[in-house]
Amino acid sequence: MTERYDVLVVGAGPAGLAAAQAAASHGVRVGLLDAQARAGGQVWRHDVLAGVPRLARRSIAAALAPAGVEWLAQTRVLLAEAGDLLVEDPQRARRLEYAALVLATGARELLLPFPGWTLPGVTGAGGLQALAKQDWPLAGKRVVVAGSGPLLFAAAATARRHGARVLGIHEQAGREAVARFAVGLWRWPGKLAQAMALRAQLLGTGYHCGSLVRRALGAERVQAVEIEGQHGVQRLDCDLVAVGYGLVPDLRLAHMLGCASEAEGAHERISVDGAQRTSIAGVYAAGEVCGIGGRDCARVEGAMAGHAAAGAQARAAQLQGARRHARAFAAQLRRHFALRPEVRGLAEPDTVVCRCEDVPLCALDGYTDSRSAKLATRCGMGACQGRICGSVLAELGRFPRRGDRPPLFPARLSSLSGEAAANPRDA
Amino acid sequence: MTARRVHLEVNGQPVEVAEGSSVAAAIAQLGVPFRRSVRGEWRAPLCGMGVCFECRVRIDGVAQQRSCMLPAREGMRVHTDD
Repeated sequence: MTERYDVLVVGAGPAGLAAAQAAASHGVRVGLLDAQARAGGQVWRHDVLAGVPRLARRSIAAALAPAGVEWLAQTRVLLAEAGDLLVEDPQRARRLEYAALVLATGARELLLPFPGWTLPGVTGAGGLQALAKQDWPLAGKRVVVAGSGPLLFAAAATARRHGARVLGIHEQAGREAVARFAVGLWRWPGKLAQAMALRAQLLGTGYHCGSLVRRALGAERVQAVEIEGQHGVQRLDCDLVAVGYGLVPDLRLAHMLGCASEAEGAHERISVDGAQRTSIAGVYAAGEVCGIGGRDCARVEGAMAGHAAAGAQARAAQLQGARRHARAFAAQLRRHFALRPEVRGLAEPDTVVCRCEDVPLCALDGYTDSRSAKLATRCGMGACQGRICGSVLAELGRFPRRGDRPPLFPARLSSLSGEAAANPRDA
Repeated sequence: MTARRVHLEVNGQPVEVAEGSSVAAAIAQLGVPFRRSVRGEWRAPLCGMGVCFECRVRIDGVAQQRSCMLPAREGMRVHTDD
């Protein structure tokens, strides 16, 4: 079964929503797909208590309402080739053909290993926020939020709204770096307002700079953490620990299509030109996949990609100034919340790095590429397909993970066998 | 707002959650771990967004489902550590 779209958008966060809306405004047929049940992406994930912010509600409605837009929920991409994707939803698999494709696949959280990080009750910071919005029970729970970046505020505020007692927010960056970031915020009034609103929601919650969660302690689940801050090491009893070190672009689909990428710190982002075109003809990219830049950047780039993908290059070009301004904010974030070297040294030799296959860090000593490490230790061969340990090992300066093979996600056999039947040249 | 309630079964025990909650949130109400790792350690969700696969459980007979990606539905039967 095959559907054909003029513009197909993968990812329904701020970038993908803006792309779908922009493309549809030119009267073309648009498909918008996302692995989640609801549109909004991670930043606008629906909260069972609070819904979504007004801007998210408006953006979702504006993208899904046009007659030319078809919304494909709970749809994940298994395979990608020039001109079509094989996708799977809970009911079936099918092919989606496209004239132009917009990659708005967003980012994942950078989750770095430390002793105890595999204990139940240890989550990402964005991870805890996502779980809380899904109705994870938090009432009365003592929560420590740690890691780096503005996401820690958002995670703490969501946890509090859901009834958690947030014991403190521990930012690895030093006080001076964070102060410089705050001082520079006047150039982005929207961000400043957002930051102040979050701070107001978090009155009474301590914000500690230059502070690291070194270790999580507990038998069958986390019971305490060891924190190293400016006043030495302290032990804090808690029920949940949420630690996230920022975000990394999700390039799996882009790599499968052969799109060129470039370095973003120890990780990678898709290379795009001034109209959000990737190195592959007909494939555009927007938002966090092009480098972590935040919601506003994603909205501008999504609109540019959507216009360009529908053939309206001039409309896309009008947004270049807004894009530059938004990207300048991203540069500030990267500079002031840069990870201190100590963060990369938290894992001990016996700390598990590959959580799917329980491979400790010391088992990887001596390997210089992911393939030989994988063949000898099974590192990265589990269900997550190296999504977690791949980013860890890149950040720790061991080796980058390359050579991902399809399918992009574990898939039903019937989805893939249907694929073989529909594709006689592979038989 | 008062959301509608959804009833499901986790390891044979009845659990009630608000409509729109994930299966992962329903499991968390019982406070049980989600899966046992290859070395036998207990694990629970890490990323909350379908990346880490630590929340895998069996739902209505189908194993290896990411519980954080699936909204809870009336009458679901969920089994952890499978």
